[in-house]
Amino acid sequence: MSYLLHLKCRECGRTYPLEPLAACEDCWAPLEAVYDYGALWSDLRREELETRPPNMWRYHELLPLNGEPCVGKQTGFTPLVAAPRLAQALGAREVYIKNDAVNFPTLSFKDRVVAVALSKAREFGFATVGCSSTGNLANSVAAQAAAGGFHTFIFVPADLEAEKIVATRVYGARLVKISGNYDQVNRLCSEIAQKYSWGIVNVNLRSYYSEGSKTFGFEVAEQLGWRLPQNIVVPMAGGSLITKIAKAFEELKRLGWVEPMETKLFGAQATGCSPITTAAKNGAPEITPQKPNTIAKSLSIGNPADGYYAVKTILGSGGAGEDTTDEEIVEGIRLLAETEGIFTETAGGVTVSVARKLLRQGRLNPDELIVLAITGNGLKTVGAVSGKLEDNGVIRPKLVDFEEQYLNLAAVAKA
Amino acid sequence: MSITVRIPPPLRKFTGGAEAVESAAHNLTELFDTLDQKYPGIKQFLCRPDGGVQRFVNVFVNDEDIRFLGGAQYAFKDGDEVLLVPAIAGGRPRGCRG
Repeated sequence: MSYLLHLKCRECGRTYPLEPLAACEDCWAPLEAVYDYGALWSDLRREELETRPPNMWRYHELLPLNGEPCVGKQTGFTPLVAAPRLAQALGAREVYIKNDAVNFPTLSFKDRVVAVALSKAREFGFATVGCSSTGNLANSVAAQAAAGGFHTFIFVPADLEAEKIVATRVYGARLVKISGNYDQVNRLCSEIAQKYSWGIVNVNLRSYYSEGSKTFGFEVAEQLGWRLPQNIVVPMAGGSLITKIAKAFEELKRLGWVEPMETKLFGAQATGCSPITTAAKNGAPEITPQKPNTIAKSLSIGNPADGYYAVKTILGSGGAGEDTTDEEIVEGIRLLAETEGIFTETAGGVTVSVARKLLRQGRLNPDELIVLAITGNGLKTVGAVSGKLEDNGVIRPKLVDFEEQYLNLAAVAKA
Repeated sequence: MSITVRIPPPLRKFTGGAEAVESAAHNLTELFDTLDQKYPGIKQFLCRPDGGVQRFVNVFVNDEDIRFLGGAQYAFKDGDEVLLVPAIAGGRPRGCRG
């Protein structure tokens, strides 16, 4: 059972009962889940938690469900991979990959938030669920809604990658393709959420949904042996994940499960859609919206809902925001694949190439521990790299062809 | 000159439940002022004390975010449809859940 007490407005502090509410009625600011940390502190020991199954629900007391989850029971506890070859290539001492590219069931970190949101939707009695999405959320809502027996409406920009369209439709979800960018899709979704009583995971269930992202941070700390990383680089779309990783680290410190230290949080975006990193570079949290134009479609949110808080989180931690070009994103994808054997999507390419940039600029300390948040799987955005990889053509099934083409032995023998 | 302003559910308590209202305002500042004259109290949900648009409200004109059109500088045209949308939607549920 959860230790969740109530929802609280991030701006005016007004508290609300545990209902499907995302915004304050007085000031329209987002609502934040608040837990009874005192009771948690006296009731729960991390040693007990370590005996639980390796999935995100081992932290269920810090998640907003009343009972057992109805979907995503195996989600989370993805590998934290030591990445010495990548570290060497980047000129850093100690780099780890938190690899949500292999999250269950749909290969992105969104499986965490959706498992929480749909389980909460069931508790609230919603029969129909939905989302506005840049792709990964669509995949996860579609899959987990199928597993949970929900009706679904999923709203996406029509120009999404083909893989992400297929990986939504295959689950039987009602996919609504919209001629517009994510921000326009999201606006429509907001109107729909206000009119129909459905559980839209990133709209009226947002206060609960976003809490699922904390498990990414809990796992990083536990997998490092219950210590916080000195630095973490996180890709940003709406900006929620980085704020929830920060919240997770704060909760662990509050519970005394980790040594108190400040983690520097670095936010990564594509140059073609960089409203949050631009604000961070300006040193002020006010967001100026942009029209996205980048291959990193999963990060293409020009008017990020949590952008304001993401900037505050970054600046408050002593970190920084940085962005990266489409060419550098592809380099980042290839670098991670070639050094560590991990194939990430464009968002992961953003994270890796931003980390490289920050190291070169001296803003990320190469002598400190660095965690890179890899949030999605490369098989979902193959088009980003497929035309850029070496292709030696086709040979006949003959040894001489193979040697000529690949070993050049025939030429050597003749000489 | 007349524009149509679509009112989000959280603000319909001010408009007597009306989902849309007509306005003759020429720009955003004027719109907020005239709305507040007609529906006292509504402005504080839309504006910061300095007159700027509240951080958690998005204003769209004919499907375009007004910040791409020049923001407060934008001059409304006859027939414009203005949409006021909370940045984070999700008020209290109404009706049955389907």
